[in-house]
Amino acid sequence: MTEAEIIPIICDLLGPYNLEGKLLAAETDIPAELNIDSVGVLDFIMEVEDHFDIEIPMNVVSETRTVIDLARYVAAQKNKA
Amino acid sequence: MVDLLEKHRAIADRFQRMIDMGVNALGVTNDQMISPTRAIVGNREIILAGTNNYMGITFEPSVIAAGKKALDEFGTGTTGSRIANGSFAMHKELERSLAKFLGLKHCIVFTTGYQANLGMLSGLAGPKDTIYLDADSHSSIYDGCTLSGAKLVRFRHNDAADLDKRMARDDTGGGRLVVLEGIYSMLGDRAPLADFVALKKKHDFQLLVDDAHSFGVLGPNGRGLGDEAGLEDGVDFVIGTFSKSIGAIGGFGAGNHPLFDTLRYAMRPYMFTASASPASVATSIAALEVLAKEPERRQRLWDNSQRLFDGLRALGLETGTDVVSPVIAVKMPDELTTIAKWNALFESGVYVNMAVPPGTPNRLCLLRCSVSAAHSFDDIDRIIEIFKKVVAN
Ligand SMILES: Cc1ncc(COP(=O)(O)O)c(C=O)c1O
Repeated sequence: MTEAEIIPIICDLLGPYNLEGKLLAAETDIPAELNIDSVGVLDFIMEVEDHFDIEIPMNVVSETRTVIDLARYVAAQKNKA
Repeated sequence: MVDLLEKHRAIADRFQRMIDMGVNALGVTNDQMISPTRAIVGNREIILAGTNNYMGITFEPSVIAAGKKALDEFGTGTTGSRIANGSFAMHKELERSLAKFLGLKHCIVFTTGYQANLGMLSGLAGPKDTIYLDADSHSSIYDGCTLSGAKLVRFRHNDAADLDKRMARDDTGGGRLVVLEGIYSMLGDRAPLADFVALKKKHDFQLLVDDAHSFGVLGPNGRGLGDEAGLEDGVDFVIGTFSKSIGAIGGFGAGNHPLFDTLRYAMRPYMFTASASPASVATSIAALEVLAKEPERRQRLWDNSQRLFDGLRALGLETGTDVVSPVIAVKMPDELTTIAKWNALFESGVYVNMAVPPGTPNRLCLLRCSVSAAHSFDDIDRIIEIFKKVVAN
């Protein structure tokens, strides 16, 4: 799976957390620009884990801020398997 | 220059909005405490329904006498950690009493329950291990997990099947610790312990239960979740606090592992902070005796909880869980309504906890009540009546 394929899926999964209806792009900083609190980010990450059937440990979450960061991580995990 | 405090501006604005609506719900000052369930605030008497004083033990004469005696005989403070300054005899006595109460071999006392979680989680798990924590875990559990340096995997609240799935994904091979709470502090629901213990047949892991809100409260002996479920053998480590059913300050970790006491030399939140004060330790010992001797307190707590739960639900209010619990959280539609209703309750003479995100699960806004064995049925009825007048209208 490529990052380009993963990005739109991540944006879809972000929908319910994007309460202010911000425009989503690869460079969107998820917690800061979408104003999602710490627990909300973790809940969203759980949705990503389940969608792709991968593990994203909480330790990784603090380092993956943008949609593209997350897509890169997901791609690495998917392609590892 | 980057102003370090500027990042908190949004919090300041949110806080100001609350103040503008009335009283500071997060900083009420009790000018005088009349009893475990009554305070004077300004010149008004308030019924306290948000204290976590489950056993109503804070004014118990035998407990107060023990605290005074300890002050007289051991002074006001310990002025250092047990590793540096040594223990007072009573620290060890408290550890022995707790181990006996819990039916476990070993117990370590901490200065607060928060530190018990920081210490135990970071002592048990290290960078090569994985901690699986329930999504609704208390902040002290999250912080303990972070301190440990372990890999952190969060599973869906109270969902053993979800944990199973996440454990199956893991391939790191280190030790694995699963962390649950007895009674969850915000919604009052309990972990389905049997489901989690059953997973031990399928996956290798050690299980820790934070019984902060359930120690003294759950089970035929008041030992907590494992006692209630009849599954104490399935729980490897128990954590608790003295700040709730014991009515003091402090926390503990306990277990049967032969190396348990080694944790004393491996837990920074135990080693690098002053040990609990003589008065707090002595009142904890005395309160534990009262708990063991007077199981009727537990019964009163549950009778009161049932009454408040039924009363609030009869008003059509939605509670955090469908199971009766001493933590009864009433769901509110949004933050502004929560603040307004909290103020109305307080104006009418009832104190509850205002709980808003991110301190709550699923972005819920809550008026959180906690019941005490020291409430009378009249108190409970009065609380229900005031909820009827100001919240359910
Ligand atoms: C689940 C849980 N664990 C730990 C703690 C911390 O306990 P303490 O107040 O003793 O620091 C609390 C209480 O705030 C709690 O709710």
